Amino acid sequence: MKCQQCEKPATFHITELTGEKPHELHLCEQCAQSYLTQNPSGGMPIQPSLAGMLHHQLKVADTAKELAKLDEQVCPICGISFYEFRNQGRLGCPHDYTCFGSELDPLIVNIHGDTQHSGKHPKHHRQSSQDQTRLIQLHNDMKAAIEKEDYERASQIRDEIRKIEEGES
Amino acid sequence: MRGSGPESDIVISSRIRLARNLAEFPFIRRCSPQDRKSIEKMVHDRLQAIPGFNTLYYLRVDELAHVDRQFLTERQLISREHAEAEGARSVAIDNDERLSVMINEEDHLRIQVMKSGLDLHSAWQQINEVDDQLESKLSYAFHERLGYLTACPTNVGTGMRVSVMLHLPALVITNQIEKVFRSLQKINLAVRGLYGEGSQAMGDFYQISNQITLGKSEEELIGQVSGVVPMIIEYERKARDFLITQNREDLHDKISRAYGILCTAQTISSEETMHLLSSVRMGVNLGLIDDLAISDINKLFVETQPAHLQKLRGNELDTAGRNIERALYLRRYLQDRGKEHRDERN
Ligand SMILES: [Zn+2]
Ligand SMILES: [Zn+2]
Repeated sequence: MKCQQCEKPATFHITELTGEKPHELHLCEQCAQSYLTQNPSGGMPIQPSLAGMLHHQLKVADTAKELAKLDEQVCPICGISFYEFRNQGRLGCPHDYTCFGSELDPLIVNIHGDTQHSGKHPKHHRQSSQDQTRLIQLHNDMKAAIEKEDYERASQIRDEIRKIEEGES
Repeated sequence: MRGSGPESDIVISSRIRLARNLAEFPFIRRCSPQDRKSIEKMVHDRLQAIPGFNTLYYLRVDELAHVDRQFLTERQLISREHAEAEGARSVAIDNDERLSVMINEEDHLRIQVMKSGLDLHSAWQQINEVDDQLESKLSYAFHERLGYLTACPTNVGTGMRVSVMLHLPALVITNQIEKVFRSLQKINLAVRGLYGEGSQAMGDFYQISNQITLGKSEEELIGQVSGVVPMIIEYERKARDFLITQNREDLHDKISRAYGILCTAQTISSEETMHLLSSVRMGVNLGLIDDLAISDINKLFVETQPAHLQKLRGNELDTAGRNIERALYLRRYLQDRGKEHRDERN
């Protein structure tokens, strides 16, 4: 793929999340640098650009090879790759916060200046993150069981889901 | 909006939105069409089981006609994204259209409470209660350290967006609006213009909201927005005083002409309508126009939008047709209101 601003190959794929919809840019290193350092002018709000920050943060450690390796990381629960997240700016499932944690945490600090929630907590359902991941997995299993018309298995899974939901596990 | 509530001469509305996701499903982006249907059904069923929630209107957005989806967007009951997305999705709305719950937007649940005027504290009380009730029937994706987990890391933590819509015509006329923006950005607040039919910014309406959602409590985030709004109100009032003392005739003329066009136009675009209504709104506030109330103008802002006009007319209209229908609606409405006000005085 060619850079959108010149003829060189595009090595940076930036997703802007400041507008109504995510907007994709494919740029070479030089054009990306000048894009990311430009100052938004006029009366428009300066909002954190997720992809811009991710890029900046990844730049510190990476060689192209390391970045490619990072991009290949896949969440075992929802199947989203780090590349897809980087491109779309949206995560695939709650477990991504754990499995992409080492890349996400610095990004979260950039956005919010913090990594510790200090607001309200759910009162009724307080499962651990592991239980929540297990819930998504069980749900997938149940779907598969129903597809195979194995209703006995499906109802066992449903009971298990209930137990976790009700905090009995 | 009713044009009532605290500071309603300048503050149109206060809104709080909470983003929530169910623990047992992937986020919307990774949901299969079947997942979306299951979420939609599950949330609907459980909403019905909550006392007080069985009276909500429940609309399947994907089954609505285009004009109806647009109508809900114009009433700010669903987002533009929700109107235009694909797959099973819905919205639950309460009787007075203050509460809406979008299902399968960017997050599984987007709960929203809207109030007239500056009223974030009661909006928070209500939405917090609704959130607790929903959470008693649904298990939310929640992380011990990161809080409520959302599809986009920009919403993680409280999942809360607090916004106040302000009408700031005098700050625009006196070229002070940019200065206000810059100072708001410094304290991590986002400012957005209100967008009309062609997505052009509509000069005088601005929405202020929090950017950060993690690391501060809901009350702190609300405090940040509600703390800054009185200063902007004060600033706008000073600018209005300045305009009226420096140049009363010019201001009165500009406002009267705007009113005159609205009362007599035969065809009018939505941009021009917004622009003129903005002048008239300030005129009512300053006592330069006395046969209209703020609630009339707030109503006109909503009802002159494309889907509202088409519903009123009962059929689809192209841009030219809408411009004629809009002018007709404005003429009739303003004549009737003007007459009522004159009768009341006599
Ligand atoms: Zn280039
Ligand atoms: Zn995942």
